[in-house]
Amino acid sequence: MSLSPEQIRQVAKLARLELNPSLTEAYAGQISNILELVGQLSAARTEGVGPMAHPLEMTQRLRADEVTQPDQREAFQAIAPAVQDGLYLVPKVIE
Amino acid sequence: MHTLSIKQLGEALRARKFSSRELTQHYLKRIETLDPQLNSYITVTADLALAAADAADARLARGEGGPLTGIPLGQKDIFCTTGVRTSCASRMLDRFISPYDATIVKKLQAEAGMPMLGKLNMDEFAMGSSNETSWYGPVKNPWDVSRVPGGSSGGSVAAVAAGLAPVATATDTGGSIRQPAALTNLTGIKPTYGRVSRYGMIAFASSLDQAGVVARSAEDAAQVLQAMSGFDPLDSTSMDRPVDDLVAPLGRSIQGLRVGLPREYFAEGLDAGVRACIDGAIGELKKLGATFTELSLPNSPLSVPTYYVVAPAEASSNLARFDGVRYGHRSAQAKNLEELYEKSRGEGFGPEVQRRIMIGTYVLSHGYYDAYYLQAQKVRRLIYDDFRRAFEQVDVILGPTATDVAFKLGAKTDDPVSMYLNDIYTIAANLAGIPAMSLPCGFKDGLPVGMQLMGNFFDEAKLLNVAHQYQQVTGWHTQSPKGFE
Repeated sequence: MSLSPEQIRQVAKLARLELNPSLTEAYAGQISNILELVGQLSAARTEGVGPMAHPLEMTQRLRADEVTQPDQREAFQAIAPAVQDGLYLVPKVIE
Repeated sequence: MHTLSIKQLGEALRARKFSSRELTQHYLKRIETLDPQLNSYITVTADLALAAADAADARLARGEGGPLTGIPLGQKDIFCTTGVRTSCASRMLDRFISPYDATIVKKLQAEAGMPMLGKLNMDEFAMGSSNETSWYGPVKNPWDVSRVPGGSSGGSVAAVAAGLAPVATATDTGGSIRQPAALTNLTGIKPTYGRVSRYGMIAFASSLDQAGVVARSAEDAAQVLQAMSGFDPLDSTSMDRPVDDLVAPLGRSIQGLRVGLPREYFAEGLDAGVRACIDGAIGELKKLGATFTELSLPNSPLSVPTYYVVAPAEASSNLARFDGVRYGHRSAQAKNLEELYEKSRGEGFGPEVQRRIMIGTYVLSHGYYDAYYLQAQKVRRLIYDDFRRAFEQVDVILGPTATDVAFKLGAKTDDPVSMYLNDIYTIAANLAGIPAMSLPCGFKDGLPVGMQLMGNFFDEAKLLNVAHQYQQVTGWHTQSPKGFE
């Protein structure tokens, strides 16, 4: 499966990744090679095989809906790029 | 002191032959003198280490020391450590000071009393097989500093192999404990998925990641893995089952052990020199009473393609949290929210991480999900079933860990696919979730060769037992690289 630089840009958009424009073509080539590698999967006979998401034979554990952790907002926000009044600051979203 | 085993260090500390402070200082000095050649540490935590050593000495003086109390360790920089930079070897987290401890950090440090020497270098976000993708520069192999130590746990293995830590934690998603252990003459073990808590371990691929140990012997590894293992209510993928004693069974005879040799692992592509070492090991194990059967893991050739769909898909999801908002790198160039995300991530992540995120995004996207991701999940089931069937016939499976010995720095960086093929023998164990380890079995052209043992679910004790019995009659694992003795 060969990806064009334009497709790479679209995927990067979905992934919210700004690509270095000088690398886009190199990425297109490398990613196309990787997709060729994984393309081998299409030859596998998988009719009737159940997909496996993880190795465990268990379902999601539940716990009682009780507060068990103290409020650590200050500790967590101490390492944030920009905070104010307990809120994370980002560039304006709504005009 | 750095040539002693964990058992010998523990005995010496409890007998007060030397203090944890002296031992820790010894390692800190070695790190200062020797690590510039290797670049195995990203952050050295000298003050914290000495404070922890003093606390360990106080426990030892009260006669309250355990087998690991006072023995220092290195932590792969993927584990969150309170108050200490946790970088995952990425510019994205270069200034991230973790506000909490990973569960294994709590278990090994606060509970078992091991002082932390520092945070060890790795491939960025654990994505790599050579430790060449780190924001902090590549790690060198102490056996030949023009060569890679393997990855992603390159710092962990370089440090232990060079005597810059007695033991180190590491993680394995596609082989990142076993392959570097093989390239540096160490014993590295990846436990069964769910055996060791992933709480506080920065996630790459959640259904594959496991924390483990790299050490100078199976006996050393067993002690530390024992202390790391166990149910953790904070990790929803942690198995609630008691931890077996991994140390007591080390001494058992392996007479009658049934070993499987997968024919797909001994096909062309396996270097002749590596093959010769593995054959030697098979001979030694036969003398110890093991019997060998050839078997087939027919879906093995699909391991690498399956992994390079599943792992990037999970990574694209796990790394979505790095958006410049709450922690980590935030771009100074962003004019709006979209740019905040795109530029922070574009600046913060290196090329390999970006490639994997894009592959993951692509295979999960509309129109491609069924052909790639769903198909990969089905093939994963086939690979898992191959192992289930194999373990009906044999107790352990033996094969090579890596296709060849350590390669030169830069040899594979231009071609991601050739780098990915380094994991050809290790990946299947992560897909199936079974425990697996690598241990030294010889040298080729002066460079270490490792062999891989894979076991049934939760059978870590058996793997360590086999490895230990082999190490009682062979001396490969006792050798040290020149210049670091």
